[in-house]
Amino acid sequence: MSTKNWPLWEVFVRSKNGLEHRHFGSLHAADAEMALENARDVYTRRNEGVSIWVVESKNITASNPEHNGEMFEPAQDKVYRHPTFYELPDEVKYM
Amino acid sequence: MNNTNLYHYILGIADNSLILGQRMGELCGHGPSLETDIACTNISLDLFGQVRSYYQYAAKIANDGRTEDDIAMLRKERDYVNVLLAEQPNTDFAYTMARHFLFDVYHFLFLTELQKSKDLTLAAIATKSLKEVSYHQRFSTDWIKRLGDGTEESHQKMQNAINDMWTYTDELFHQTDADKAMFAEGIGVDVTKLKAVYYDKVNAILEEATLSIPESKYFQKGGKKGIHTEHMGFLLTELQYMQRAYPNMEW
Repeated sequence: MSTKNWPLWEVFVRSKNGLEHRHFGSLHAADAEMALENARDVYTRRNEGVSIWVVESKNITASNPEHNGEMFEPAQDKVYRHPTFYELPDEVKYM
Repeated sequence: MNNTNLYHYILGIADNSLILGQRMGELCGHGPSLETDIACTNISLDLFGQVRSYYQYAAKIANDGRTEDDIAMLRKERDYVNVLLAEQPNTDFAYTMARHFLFDVYHFLFLTELQKSKDLTLAAIATKSLKEVSYHQRFSTDWIKRLGDGTEESHQKMQNAINDMWTYTDELFHQTDADKAMFAEGIGVDVTKLKAVYYDKVNAILEEATLSIPESKYFQKGGKKGIHTEHMGFLLTELQYMQRAYPNMEW
């Protein structure tokens, strides 16, 4: 059996109810159902998850690293966009 | 031993999982793809986990100083009572999946019934194992359909595997003396009653996979009495190697 024609899938796992799905890795599978089963076996065998999403990698549109300058650098010197200039009462925790 | 029948009954269940688990474990590092490799190894570990519970219980019943490891690793070929189906080799991935599928459908039906056992230990092991076996069945069924209803070549390979494994299915429903005694006590399952449901289920899935049940009416048997196919000796040699070469070795 050759897997060289199997498309690549990105795997997202929710580790606990209430938390968000996080990217865990990628794998090969012939279709979505197989991708789910493979993801279950490869990424949740040590009790890592309660829910899995799989997305075929080609459906993800990624930013181009060559454009990092125009995409991300303008944000570097704009600290005032962080809400760090407020006085927070002590009662407000975890901010 | 005060309950020889119970002891043999437990071995009858456990040996199937041990030997099948060993077969699946052989694929570790040799699976057809990284993902299926891990899947088969997971299944193997599920089965070994179940086996530990059974052999621990068997050791307690035997009460002759042997541990779960002694029972699993140090018997001779004729003392293993697994069905012949479980010991058949991984000729190719179609064989591996055909063997597993034909066992999983049985295993699922069997454990579902064993949950009702008056023996609370066996009932608890059955309930715990059933979730794992549900997944095994889903996994192998999926592959039967994919390969059966796949390309011309995969269809042919899958059909060949089903044809060759089919002759070992009837033995699943043979009753041993221990089976009969344990059923009479409300502890065991009457496997003969599972046969009709089994064939309906298998037939439906094979049909969906565009495969067919072979016409041959000749069936192999013997495993439940300790009379195995020629593959068993090789399997045990590998399974028992460490304990035979280095007696009492521990990790």
